[in-house]
Amino acid sequence: MTKLQTFTKGFFKENPTFVLILGMCPTLATTTSAINGLSMGLATLFVLVLSNIVISAIAPMVPDKVHIPVYIVVIATFVTILQFVMQAYTPQMYKTLGIFIPLIVVNCIVLGRAEAFANKHGILDSALDGLGIGLGFTISLTVIGIVREIIGMGSIFGYKFISGDGILVFVMAPGAFLVLGYLMVLFNKIAKKN
Amino acid sequence: MAAKSNLTNMLLVLTGTCLICSALLAGIYSVTAEPIAQTNKNILMESISAVVPDGVQISDAKPLSVGGKDSEYYECSKDGSVVAYAIKSESAGFGGALTLMVGITTDGIVYNASVLSHSETPGLGANCTTDEHFKAQWKGFDPSSKILAVKKDGGDVDAITASTITSRAYTLAVKNAVEAYKNIKGE
Repeated sequence: MTKLQTFTKGFFKENPTFVLILGMCPTLATTTSAINGLSMGLATLFVLVLSNIVISAIAPMVPDKVHIPVYIVVIATFVTILQFVMQAYTPQMYKTLGIFIPLIVVNCIVLGRAEAFANKHGILDSALDGLGIGLGFTISLTVIGIVREIIGMGSIFGYKFISGDGILVFVMAPGAFLVLGYLMVLFNKIAKKN
Repeated sequence: MAAKSNLTNMLLVLTGTCLICSALLAGIYSVTAEPIAQTNKNILMESISAVVPDGVQISDAKPLSVGGKDSEYYECSKDGSVVAYAIKSESAGFGGALTLMVGITTDGIVYNASVLSHSETPGLGANCTTDEHFKAQWKGFDPSSKILAVKKDGGDVDAITASTITSRAYTLAVKNAVEAYKNIKGE
């Protein structure tokens, strides 16, 4: 696999949301609006890239039997750093994403990439992999957020283009499932054609 | 690939990882602790100054029981005398706790109220933070001449359309704050 493929596979071929169907909990819960989806994606991207780099660097030294606890400690460290920084400089966003920031620790995408990729590949490849998968996740969450916000609130990134309310159910939990389902169908139809 | 496990290297690697990670976190914490405290304080101060008259000195938090729950209030003074109280009041909304900051001037009139945190339904109950008509009625609400209950319950508060439970919770939180204010004055 070339470096470019390592980077771009997260967008289509191994898109974490629509193809691998990983990390569904934050996907469904935080995509109530475009900006929330985008922020959650970027938060995960940050943790994913750094944990992939560190784990690929330390993997040869880590004894097999304790590799999961070691990886989790590394991931939890980056998540906590992210939490401190968000609390200090973006308090509004921290409040909106709430519990889903600490829950990045148990996001299966992060540990999944560590297990499936980072501990078998070099630092550069792992960084590219994290960046690609993270961007794929970010784009997917943003798209879901955009669709839910347009239908549910009649706005896009907070800019209202209709007066009055949209179809509110799309901002709530059932709407998350509906939008995710239909986007998954659409995505896989397009992906199959190519 | 991964090193073969034995007690020594497992112990060393786990201890080492934890030590390095906690040292890193301690470092980051010491850098961000002050901005975090500052940010939280700013948010609180903004929420207080939004509900009391302009240009007042805000005191430190003082403990107070509001609606049977432990809460806190802030004395707002101008030229050395207290002109208003900002009271934190919590009630059960539709989706969870609804926390308000209620400003009451010393003549017993609600100066204003604002939402500190809520988990109401987006587009319905969550409109209690944006609905201009609903918000405006708290400005200068006089609890001695108006009844603190939604119109459906025989009071003088206009509820938000389709969000009676949230409106009731909001009204109750203001009512509890007014009761708590009487306790402060009674002391």
